Amino acid sequence: MSFVSQFKAQAQVMTGDLRHRKFIRRALRNYETVRDARKASFQDWPGARQRAAETKWQAVNHLDQHLEQFAAKLESRGTKVHWATTAAQAREIILKIVHDKQAKSVIKSKAMTSEEIHLNDALEHAGLNVVESDLGELIVQLRKETPYHIVFPSMHLTRDEISELFQRELGAAATNDPEELTMIARRALRKKYLTADIGITGANFAIAETGMISITENEGNARLTAALPKTMISLLGIEKVLPRMDDLALFLPLLATMGTGQQLTCYNTLYSGPRQPGETDGPEEWHVVLLDNHRTELLADAEQRDALHCIRCGACLNVCPIFRNVGGHTYGTTYSGPIGSVITPHLRGLQEWKHLSSASSLCGACTETCPVKIDLHHHLLQNRRNAAKQKPSFGEQTAFKLFAFAANRPTLWNFGMTMARIFQPLQGAVKGSMLDPAKAWTKTRDLPPIAPESFKAWWRNRK
Amino acid sequence: MTVTLFIPCFVDALFPRAGISMVEILERLGHKVVFPEAITCCGQPPFNSGYWDEARTVAAKVLPQLANAEAVVIGSGSCGAMLKVFYPQLFENTPQAALAKQISGRTWEFSDFLVSQLGVTDLGAKFPHKVTFHDGCHGLRELGIKKSPRALLGKVNGLELVEMSEAETCCGFGGTFAAKFPMISTAMGEVKCASAVETSAEYIVSNDSSCLMHIQGLLSRQGNPLKTIHLAEVLNQR
Repeated sequence: MSFVSQFKAQAQVMTGDLRHRKFIRRALRNYETVRDARKASFQDWPGARQRAAETKWQAVNHLDQHLEQFAAKLESRGTKVHWATTAAQAREIILKIVHDKQAKSVIKSKAMTSEEIHLNDALEHAGLNVVESDLGELIVQLRKETPYHIVFPSMHLTRDEISELFQRELGAAATNDPEELTMIARRALRKKYLTADIGITGANFAIAETGMISITENEGNARLTAALPKTMISLLGIEKVLPRMDDLALFLPLLATMGTGQQLTCYNTLYSGPRQPGETDGPEEWHVVLLDNHRTELLADAEQRDALHCIRCGACLNVCPIFRNVGGHTYGTTYSGPIGSVITPHLRGLQEWKHLSSASSLCGACTETCPVKIDLHHHLLQNRRNAAKQKPSFGEQTAFKLFAFAANRPTLWNFGMTMARIFQPLQGAVKGSMLDPAKAWTKTRDLPPIAPESFKAWWRNRK
Repeated sequence: MTVTLFIPCFVDALFPRAGISMVEILERLGHKVVFPEAITCCGQPPFNSGYWDEARTVAAKVLPQLANAEAVVIGSGSCGAMLKVFYPQLFENTPQAALAKQISGRTWEFSDFLVSQLGVTDLGAKFPHKVTFHDGCHGLRELGIKKSPRALLGKVNGLELVEMSEAETCCGFGGTFAAKFPMISTAMGEVKCASAVETSAEYIVSNDSSCLMHIQGLLSRQGNPLKTIHLAEVLNQR
C-alpha cells in the first residue's frame, strides 16, 4: 500500500474513534491553558518570538561557520566529532563505536534524530540490548510503537493502558496511580543505567561559541544516561546550532513554554566534553554525531529554509486541527503535524509524501503559534506547487485546465451554473451513494441548493 | 467613493443574498457600487491544489477588470486573501506583477472595509437573535481580521453575541481539501459545530460563505436547527 493510501485508511479509522479524538483534544486544550499562562509571563511575547526567529535565521544562514566553530570547540576538549551525510552513515558511525567498545547494552535518552535514522532497529540487529530511559519513550518502546508526538511520545495512552503494559512487560503490580507507575519505570531503569556500556542522547541546542550541547528534560534521565556509562554518544541534526551561549537565556524558556507549558524544564544541562583530567565523573569518551540527512537540501531551498529554525517544541502539532483529529501515528513519519508535513517531503521524497501537504485546510494555526516563526502553512502550499510542477497528476491538471477554460468564458461559466441548478434536484436521488458525483462531500454533508436567481442575474435585473 | 464588488463564485451561485446585502449596505452609506460581471472566480481552487499555471490563467482575467478600481471589496476572507496576499506571489516575476501589487493594496474584506476604511460600525441593523461568530481562517490569519466583524455585530440592535470556545478553530472546509480528505474535513467540522451548539446560539455568523457552506452542510445533515448566516445579511436586517 502506498503511503497516501495508508494515510487515508488510517485517517478514516482515527477520525471514527471518537473516544480518542476527545481524549487528545482535552489533553491539548489543557496544554493551551498552561502554555498561555507561561506566555503571559514574558514581558513581550511577540518580541521574544521575533528575536528567536532572527537568532535562528542567523544561525541557519551561517550554518557552515557555526558548525565549524562548534566542532572545533568540542574537539579542543577531547570530544570526537563525526559528520554523517546520510542516515545510513550515522548508523554505521554509531555501530562502529559500539563494536569498538564491545558494548552489549545501550541506554538512551530522548532523541527524535535516533527515530529518524531508525537507530534502535540497527542496534538491536547488531545484538545489543537497547533501553529508552525517557518514561514516554520507554512506554512506546515496550509497546513496539513509534512516538505518537515529538514531545509527548505516549500521550495517546491512558493510565490503565500503561499499567497493563507494565504488568505484561515488567511484571509490575496493577496500579493506575501516576506516581506509582513512574516508580515502576524508575526501578526498572536504575539497573539499566548502571549496567549500560553506552549512553546515547540527542540535543536540544548546540552552542557554537562554547562547543556545548544543551539538553532540557524533566526526569533527569538524560543526565544519568550521559553521566553513568563510560561512553557517551550524542546524535543531533545540524540545524540544532545556536550561535551564542547567551541565546539560551531566550531559547530555554521559549522551548519550555511552547513545548510543555513550563517556565523552564526541571533539568537543564550543558555538556562540554568527556571527563577531563582531575574530574571525578562523566563519560571517558564522548562522540558527537552531526546528522545532515537531507537537511542541507532544505538549506539550499531559500523559500523553505526557515523550516530549519525548528526547535522541535511540538507547538504546531498541539494546535493543529488535523493532528488533533487523526493523531500522531496516522502520519507514518518521524516528525508528525505541520512541521512533519513540511519537512518530510524534503527528507524522504516529495512525490511519496506530498499528500501530507495536501491533507491540510491551510488554516495557519501552526504558523501563528510557531515560536521561531516558521511560515509553516505557506510551505505546505509551496510543497503542493512543487509537487504539481515536478509531476502533475493527469486527472487533476486536466480538471483545472477545464476549470480555467470555463472560468475565462463567463457565458460558458454562467451556462454551467444554470445547468447545475436544473440538474441539482436529480443529485438528491443519488445523494451520498456511489453514483453521486459529489459523494466525497455528500456522504457526510448536505449541499446547499443553487439559488434560483444568482447574484449576477439579480444585478442585471435591477439595472 | 466608488466601490468595486468582487463576488466569489460560490456567493454568486449559492449565496446571492450575501452579495445583495453588501450592495444595499454600501449604497445606503452613499457609495457607488460597481460590479464587473466578467469575473467568475479568483482562481483559488487550482492555486491551493498547486496548479499555479492554471490559477494564473484565471487570475490574469481578473486583474484588468479591477485595474481602475478605487477600492475592491470582497465578502469573503478566503477570496480576499487570494487577491490581497496570494496574487502578488502568483504574479511575481511576470509582467502583471505591478498590477497585482496595486490591486492587493486596494482590496478589502467587507467588514474590514466598513470599519477600517469607512469608519462605520453602526449600520442601524436590527437582528434580535443570539449568535456566535466563526472566524474564517483566511480572514483571521492571512488578513488579520478579528475585531471588525465583532465591532459591527456589537452595534446591531437586539443581537446577543456569545463567543464559542473554538471560534478560531478551522471549520475543516479548506476548498479541495474537503473533497480530498473528507473524513478529516468532516471531523474538523464536527468539532466546530459542537462548539457552536454549546453556546446555544440560534445563528452562526461569519464573514465567509465558504466556511458557512461547510458548517451548514454538516448541521443540516445532523438535523440540527442551528442556522448559518453571512455577516452582511445580518447587517442588512432592518
